[in-house]
Amino acid sequence: MKKNSKLSGLYLGILFFLMYLPIGVVVVFSFNEARLPVRFTGFSMKWYQELFQDRDMIQALKNSLILAVSSCGVSAVIGTLGAVGLSRIHWKTKGVMEYISILPLMIPEIILGMVLMAFFYMLHLPFGMLTLLIGHTVFCVPYILMEVKARLVGMDPSLEEAARDLGAGSFRAFWDITLPLIMPAVISGSLLAFAMSMDDVVISIFVTGPRVSTLPIKVYTQMKTGVTPEINALCTIMLGAILLVLAVYLILGKRGKGNKR
Amino acid sequence: MRKRGAGSVWMILPLYIFTLIFVALPLLYVIALSFSTADGGYGVNWKFTLDNYKQILEPVYLQTFTGSFRLAITSTLIICLIGYPFGYFMAKLSEGKKKLAMLFLMLPFWVNSLIRLYGWIIILQKKGLLNYILMKLGLIQEPLKILYSYPAIVIGMVYVLLPFMALSVYSSAEKLDWSLIEAARDLGAGRWQAFWSVTFKLTLPGLLSGVILTFIPSMGLFFIADILGGNKIVLVGSLIQEQMTRGNNWPFAAALAVVLMVLTTLMIVVYRKITNVKELEGIG
Repeated sequence: MKKNSKLSGLYLGILFFLMYLPIGVVVVFSFNEARLPVRFTGFSMKWYQELFQDRDMIQALKNSLILAVSSCGVSAVIGTLGAVGLSRIHWKTKGVMEYISILPLMIPEIILGMVLMAFFYMLHLPFGMLTLLIGHTVFCVPYILMEVKARLVGMDPSLEEAARDLGAGSFRAFWDITLPLIMPAVISGSLLAFAMSMDDVVISIFVTGPRVSTLPIKVYTQMKTGVTPEINALCTIMLGAILLVLAVYLILGKRGKGNKR
Repeated sequence: MRKRGAGSVWMILPLYIFTLIFVALPLLYVIALSFSTADGGYGVNWKFTLDNYKQILEPVYLQTFTGSFRLAITSTLIICLIGYPFGYFMAKLSEGKKKLAMLFLMLPFWVNSLIRLYGWIIILQKKGLLNYILMKLGLIQEPLKILYSYPAIVIGMVYVLLPFMALSVYSSAEKLDWSLIEAARDLGAGRWQAFWSVTFKLTLPGLLSGVILTFIPSMGLFFIADILGGNKIVLVGSLIQEQMTRGNNWPFAAALAVVLMVLTTLMIVVYRKITNVKELEGIG
C-alpha cells in the first residue's frame, strides 16, 4: 500500500509538472534577454518596455478592459435579477428558459460564435464594440445566473417574506433584504464572468469588426506568425491579472461560505 | 403564493427578453439558414433546399468530418488513459492534499488556453526547448519537427482538455464507497478483478462524462489546429470558420454547425442512456 501511494504520488507530480511547464516557460522567457527562447541568458525587462510602446497593444488592452467591465456589469444585472426571479415565479416556461439561458455554456464555442455572427449580420448591427458586448454578455450571464442560483438555494426565504409582510414592495424587499444576502455570489459570479470575458478568443473573433481588436485576439493573430518575446511579456501580464482576480474570487468565496454557517 | 410571484415579473423580464433575442433566436436563425440557398457574397436566398447537407457528404467535406472524428477519438483515448488514473489517484489522496491537488487542477482553467498553448510552441519548436535538451543529451542529432504536425495538435488537445477528464473521474471516484472494494477482496477477488468489477464500474459515469466533456470541444477547438498544426489539418471547426469568414458560404457553414450540434446532442443522449442503465445495474 505504501509503495502504491508513492507511485501514484509520483504520477500526479509528473502530470502537474507537465501542466504547469508551458506556463512556467512563458513567464521565465518573458524576462530573458535573448530573443530566442532556448537558453536563459540574463534577466531583462526590455520586452515589457517594448510592449508598452506598442500603441495597438495598449488599445487592445483598453478595449478588453472596457468590454470585460461592461459585459460583466450588464450580465450581473440580468443574471442576478433573473436568478432571483426564477426562484419566485412558477411559470410553466421556467424550466425551458433556464435551460436556454445556460445553453451558451453547453454548445461548442465555435458554434455560438458563428451563430451570433450570422444573426448580427442579419440585424445589420455594426460589427465592433457593440456586437462584442452582446456576444460576451451572452456567455457571461450563465456564470452569474448559476452562481446566484446556488447561493439562493441556501437562503432563508422567510427573511424576505417578513419584509413583504411589513409592507415593502417587491423592489424594496429585493434591494434591502435579498441583494445584500446574495452579494458575495453576485461578486464571485461577476469575477468569473470578467475572467472569461478577458479570456475569450473564439467568440470575439466572430463578432468583432475589422478594426476593433481585444487582447486575446491580438495575442492569437501574433501567435500565428510565430514566437516573439513581446508575447511572452504580454502573456505574463495577463497571467498576473488573472491570478489577481482569482485571489479575490477565492477570498470572497471563503467569506461567502463563512456567512452561510 | 401566486400573487407574490406576480410582483417578481419585472425581475425575470430582462433575462427572458435577452435570452430569447440573443440565444434562442440566433440558434433558430442558423437552423433556418442551413436550409437556405447561398447567393454569392454574404447574400442568402430563402429558397428551401437540402443542398447544404448534401454538400457535407461530398468527399472533401466528409473527409473533414472523419478527420475531425479521428483526431477527437485519438485525443479522447489518450485523455482517458492519462486522465482516468489522474482523477482516481487524486480521489485517494488524504483530505489536505486533495484540496491542494484540486486547486492546482482548477488553476489552469483560469489561465487563457492561448497562453498555455503558446508555452508549448516555445517547447516544441524546431529551435525550442525540447530539441535543445534532446540534442544536448545526445539522444538526437537532428532537431525533431514536432511543431506544425499532427502529434503537436494531439498534444495541444490532450493538454487543454485533460483537466476536464481528471475532474469528472475525480468527482465520481470521490463518492466511491471503498468498503465495497474491501468486500470484494474479502470474498476472494484479486486486485485487478476487484478493480474491474467494482471500482471501474462505479466510476464509469465519471469516465463517460469526461469523454463527452473532451470529445465535444475537441471537434470545435479550431485554434489549436491553427496554432500548433499550422493549419495543415482542417477540422470541422476550422471549416466553419473558413466558410464564415473567407468562403462566404453561410448556409453551408450553418449546415455544418447544425450537424455538429446534432452529433454532440446525440452523444449526450447516449451518455444519459448508458449511465442510467449502469446505475440501475449497480443498485439492482
